[in-house]
Amino acid sequence: METFFQLLLSGIAQGCVYGLVAIGFVLIYKATEMVNFAQGDIMMIGAFITITLINHLHWNYFLAVVTAIAVMGLVGLTLERGLLRRMIGESPFAVLMVTIGLGFVLRSVAGMIWGHNPRSIVTPYTEHTLQFGAVVFPVADLVVVAATVVLCGLTFLFFRYTRFGIAMQATSQNQLAAYYVGIPVKRVVAASWALAAAIAAIAGILLLPLKSVYPEVGLILGIKAFAAAIVGGFGSLPGAMVGGIAIGLVEIFTKYWVDGRIGFSVSETSVYILLLVMLIVRPSGLFASLQKKKV
Amino acid sequence: MRFVLKTNYHRDVDLFRDKVQLSWYATLFLFVLCIPIFSGTYVESQLTLVFLWSIAGAGLMILVGYTGLISLGHAAFLSVGAYTHAVLLDLGVPPYLSIPLAMSLCSVLGVIVSVAALRMTGIYLAIATLAFAMIVEKIVKNWSAVTGGNAGFKVPPPEVLGWELNSTAYYYLCLLILALVMLCVSNLLRAPTGRAFIAVRDSEVSAQATGINLIKTKALAFAISAALTGLAGTLLAHQWHYLFPDSFSMITSIKLLMLVIIGGLGSMSGVVFGAIFMTLLPDGIATVREWLPDSIGNLPGLEPFTFGLLLIVFLVFEPLGINGRWQKIRLFFSRFPLYRNKTFRRQKSFLRTERVH
Repeated sequence: METFFQLLLSGIAQGCVYGLVAIGFVLIYKATEMVNFAQGDIMMIGAFITITLINHLHWNYFLAVVTAIAVMGLVGLTLERGLLRRMIGESPFAVLMVTIGLGFVLRSVAGMIWGHNPRSIVTPYTEHTLQFGAVVFPVADLVVVAATVVLCGLTFLFFRYTRFGIAMQATSQNQLAAYYVGIPVKRVVAASWALAAAIAAIAGILLLPLKSVYPEVGLILGIKAFAAAIVGGFGSLPGAMVGGIAIGLVEIFTKYWVDGRIGFSVSETSVYILLLVMLIVRPSGLFASLQKKKV
Repeated sequence: MRFVLKTNYHRDVDLFRDKVQLSWYATLFLFVLCIPIFSGTYVESQLTLVFLWSIAGAGLMILVGYTGLISLGHAAFLSVGAYTHAVLLDLGVPPYLSIPLAMSLCSVLGVIVSVAALRMTGIYLAIATLAFAMIVEKIVKNWSAVTGGNAGFKVPPPEVLGWELNSTAYYYLCLLILALVMLCVSNLLRAPTGRAFIAVRDSEVSAQATGINLIKTKALAFAISAALTGLAGTLLAHQWHYLFPDSFSMITSIKLLMLVIIGGLGSMSGVVFGAIFMTLLPDGIATVREWLPDSIGNLPGLEPFTFGLLLIVFLVFEPLGINGRWQKIRLFFSRFPLYRNKTFRRQKSFLRTERVH
C-alpha cells in the first residue's frame, strides 16, 4: 500500500511536468493554430539555463529560477518575432516542420554549449522527505505538484479576469474577428509564445530535481507531452493537465507492475500504446474541443 | 518559350507535355544507364542510394505532397519492409514473394494506424504515426530472436532467379524499379484516385462536396505510401547488408520528410532532387567541417544543426523546394526579359479554428 501511494505521487509529479509542457503546446495552438514541436526542447533550454546559473554562477536558487523563467520568456518572444511570425498563414504542416527543425537546432546548440552528459542541480529541498503514517513522500515530488496547482490557478485567473487573457481567448477563437474588434493580434501571438516558453521553463525547472537533464531529454518528453495534449483533447488547457497526469501514472505503474513480470520494458512504449488506444476509442480526447467542420 | 497546342482532351493528362520533354527524359534515362560504365563503385553505390531514397520519397510524397497528410513515422515502414523481407529471405522464401509480402504488411499496418487518426485533423495523424514508429522501434530492438536486436541482422545477398547480383547489377535493378515506381505513381496521380488525393489536399470540404469519401481516400493514400516505403525498405536492406534498429529511428523519419520538403512538395521530380540532396549532404557537411576551424568543425552536433537549419531555411524562403526553384529559374529564362517577380508570390491566409467554444 505504501508503495502504491509513493508511486501515485511520483506518477502525478512526473505527469505534472508532462502536463506543463502540454499546456505550452495548447497555449500556442490555441492562439495561433500552430503546433509547436520544439516545446520540449524549449523546456530543456530553460532547465540548462537554471543549471548554469546555480552550478556555475552560484546564484541563489529562487533568484536563478525567476531569472531563468524571464530569460525563457524573452527567448519565446524572440523565436516568435524572428521565425514563427513569418510562418503565420502558412500551412500547418510547414509550421510543424519549422518547429521540428527548430528542435534540431536547439538540441544541437545545447549539446555544443553544455555537452551531452546528464546534469542536475541541488535544490533547497533535494533529499528532504515528508512522512504521513508509513508513507514517505519526497519533497521534490510535492513541490512539483504544488507548483503546478498554483500555476494552473494563476493561468485560469489570467484567462478569466485579465484584459490580455480575454484578448488571447478571442484571438484563439477567430483571428480575423479579433483584428476587427481592435485586438493587437500580433502582440497577443507574441505574448502567447513568451508565456508558453516561460511555462516550459517552469516545467524544466521542476523536472530538474526529479531527473537529470541532457540535450535530448526534450525530444522524448515533448512527444509524451504531445500525447498528453491529445489524450486530454487538443486545445483544452485542463485537458492537457489531466492528460499529462494520466500519462505519468500509466508510465510509472506499467514500469512497476508490468515490466518485471514480462522480462522487457514496456513502460517506455506504454504512453504510445495508450495514445493509439485513445485515438481508436475516443479520438476527440477527454475534454473534446474539436468538432467536425461543417459547410 | 514553347506553347502546346492541345487538340484533344487527353493532352491535358498526358504523362509528358510534348515530345521535347519526352526526349529530355529519355536522354536522362540513357545517361543514367551509362553511368556505371565510366564511374567508380563509390558513385555507383551513392546513386543506388539515391534511387532507393527516391522510392521511399515517392511513397512519402504521395502522402505529404499530394494528399496533404503528415507522417512523422515513415521510418517504421522502411523498418517493417526491410526486416520482413530479410527475415523471409532467411527462411528460404524467394524474393519475388517476400517483397510483395513485406509491402502488404506495411500497407495493412499503415491502414490500421492511420484509420483511427484520420477521423481527426492532420496533427493527430502525425502523432499517431510517431507513436507507431516508437512502438515498432522498440519491438525491433527487443524481439532479438527474430530481428537480431541491437546486434544487427545480416541480410542475404540479392538474387534474381538464382543469380546473385553484384553491385552493378543491383544498380540496374534499383534503377528499373525506380523507373517503374515513378511511372506507376505518375499514372496514379493523373487517374481519378490521384485527383481525389489532390482534391483532399486542397480542400477537404470541397472534396467531400464532389463526392469523395474522405477517410477512404486518405486511408488509401496512406496504404500506397506505406507500401512504397516498405518496398524501398526491402531494397535498402540489400544495399546496407546489415540491419540495425537505430537505422530506422525518428531521425530517419525526419530525414525522409526533409527529402520531400527540400525536393519540393507536390512534384515527383522533386523527390529525385531531394534524394540527391540528402545523399550528398553528409559528404557536404564533411567537406565543410574541414574548412571550419577545428574548434567548430569537430563539434558533434554540427550535423543535426545543419539539418534543422536547412529545414527552416527552405520552409521560410523556398517552400516549394529545389523543384520550385528550378521551375522559377526555367521560367525566368524562357520569358527573359519579361519575368515578373510576383509570379510565384505566396498567398497569405487567416486561420479560422475548427474548435468550438
